Amino acid sequence: MASRLNKLLLSPEEWQAVWLTLVVAARAVGCGLPLAVLTAWVLARYRFPGRPVLNTLVHLPLVLPPVVTGWLLLIVFGIRGPVGSLLYDWFGVRLVFTTAGASLACAVMTFPVMVRAVRLSLETADPGLEQAARTLGAGRFDRLFNVTLPLASPGILVGAIVAYATCLGEFGAVITFAANIPGETQTLPLAIFTALQVPGGEAKAAELSMVSLVLALIGLLASEWANKWLNAVLGR
Amino acid sequence: MSLNVLLRHRFPGFAIDVTFETPSPGVTVLFGPSGAGKSTVIATAAGLLRPEVCRIAVDGTVLSDTGTGIWLAPERRRVGLVFQDARLFPHMSVATNLRFGLRRAPAGPVRFDEIVELLGIAALLDRRPHTLSGGERQRVAIGRALLAQPHLLLMDEPLASLDAARKHEIMPYLTRLKTTLNLPVLYVTHALDEVAQLADSLVLIESGRLIACGALPDISARADLPLAQRDDTGALLICRVAQHDIGRELTLLEGAGAAFRVPLLDVPEGSTCRIRIPAREVILAGKAPDAISLHNIVPGCVRRIIPDTARRAVLVEVGLPAGALLSRVTPDAIARLELSQGRPVLALIKSTSIEVLGG
Repeated sequence: MASRLNKLLLSPEEWQAVWLTLVVAARAVGCGLPLAVLTAWVLARYRFPGRPVLNTLVHLPLVLPPVVTGWLLLIVFGIRGPVGSLLYDWFGVRLVFTTAGASLACAVMTFPVMVRAVRLSLETADPGLEQAARTLGAGRFDRLFNVTLPLASPGILVGAIVAYATCLGEFGAVITFAANIPGETQTLPLAIFTALQVPGGEAKAAELSMVSLVLALIGLLASEWANKWLNAVLGR
Repeated sequence: MSLNVLLRHRFPGFAIDVTFETPSPGVTVLFGPSGAGKSTVIATAAGLLRPEVCRIAVDGTVLSDTGTGIWLAPERRRVGLVFQDARLFPHMSVATNLRFGLRRAPAGPVRFDEIVELLGIAALLDRRPHTLSGGERQRVAIGRALLAQPHLLLMDEPLASLDAARKHEIMPYLTRLKTTLNLPVLYVTHALDEVAQLADSLVLIESGRLIACGALPDISARADLPLAQRDDTGALLICRVAQHDIGRELTLLEGAGAAFRVPLLDVPEGSTCRIRIPAREVILAGKAPDAISLHNIVPGCVRRIIPDTARRAVLVEVGLPAGALLSRVTPDAIARLELSQGRPVLALIKSTSIEVLGG
């Protein structure tokens, strides 16, 4: 009985992969979301010369093969890359082949998803309410934090949850930029891939896939529920 | 003290050029058909629109002046704005909505409890905006604007989206505000009953141009303005309640240098009230008839005679010592009485035809 139950549960290494995946995704969304909100706000509200370039740059990871995105990250954030060398020389921070690097790859890959979700809800938010806030004495950032963002919160939350769920499955960019190091950068999809490469690893792959499936379902249900709840709060 | 507005702007297919000055404090009503440019004036005064040429000054404080390059951002103007659609913040309670402007304004004379009491919204404070009725929402919006301690209150058709019953419910609050607050108010509407109840000054605009501007009794009694061509046209007079005659159940009102008797009113002697005398209810006579039920025989002189071709009628503006009346009669009546400009005439008004509108 005990051994049967043990078979259903995951091995310590597998648990490590699951936990690592959750942490990498959390850090990716945690760092990426504020920047995504800012970018979405700028794109939704302001017209400036570099806007089309910024818009294209933001959406690039959506259309580029993930492996290419990973390779571009290597070029920019590698030890000899323009940004990577500065980070290493000034702060001693190395992103390639690290957990932080895996988070960066995930954040870049899911950035378009977050920006689009936030931007859509910013654009549907009633600009009349911002005008009202303005006549009541609220300045630009006052309006942003106390009126605009709360009104866009359903979109922001849904964007974050979908981005988080997407991070859990991110493969190409992570393996290219952060490599496949167990306990460091080997997230769930990488672990499944590795298991399939080993003869007789199908059972392990199946177990991990089930975990992936459950996590994805939880993510989808959570976004549904969060959207409903916030819209009820906003009286929609 | 005064409210000064100068505004010139060209939109694609529409140009506006309006200049007026009205006394402050007091309610200035901007009146005109839809598309006349009323909301453009409001948006300019609030700073939400930046026209080619403008100068807005309230009691000597310049809010914007393209001549000298002064432009105060809307958030720094201290100008309250009540929108037609209330625009309450849906993610905040009524109380938080009310305090939104209060928190961001320097300390001022408008107090939270006072406004809540005045607008009758104490029971709504914990509610969410989407649970309120249209009239309640509009009252909260007015309170929110007032609590921001404005120097000028703008109201852009605040009652236009309400049905007659709701409008009736909110009107007493507005008249109370008018008497309590010492504030210039610029009020946009295309409903004549709101003008009659609230206006001190009236600014008429049509397709971006100023038609007339002045005190309500003066403008409402002018036969030569488009206002007089309306079916329900009539002069509005501000009167003092002179005397109650309990025995005859009549009240004597004095205004425009004349006296009017109306059915007994339930207001103290010495208070002021507004009366409206519909033009179609005013009979003209050469000499006073005897043995007649009518109470009011008001002597005046003919100031203007303007044809009202749509109704095959004529509008006669009857000058009183300090004001005027309007009368709508037939061209035949003019001929029979041999009326012409400057001739003395008697205006005959039934006491029950006079609409008393309150303070």
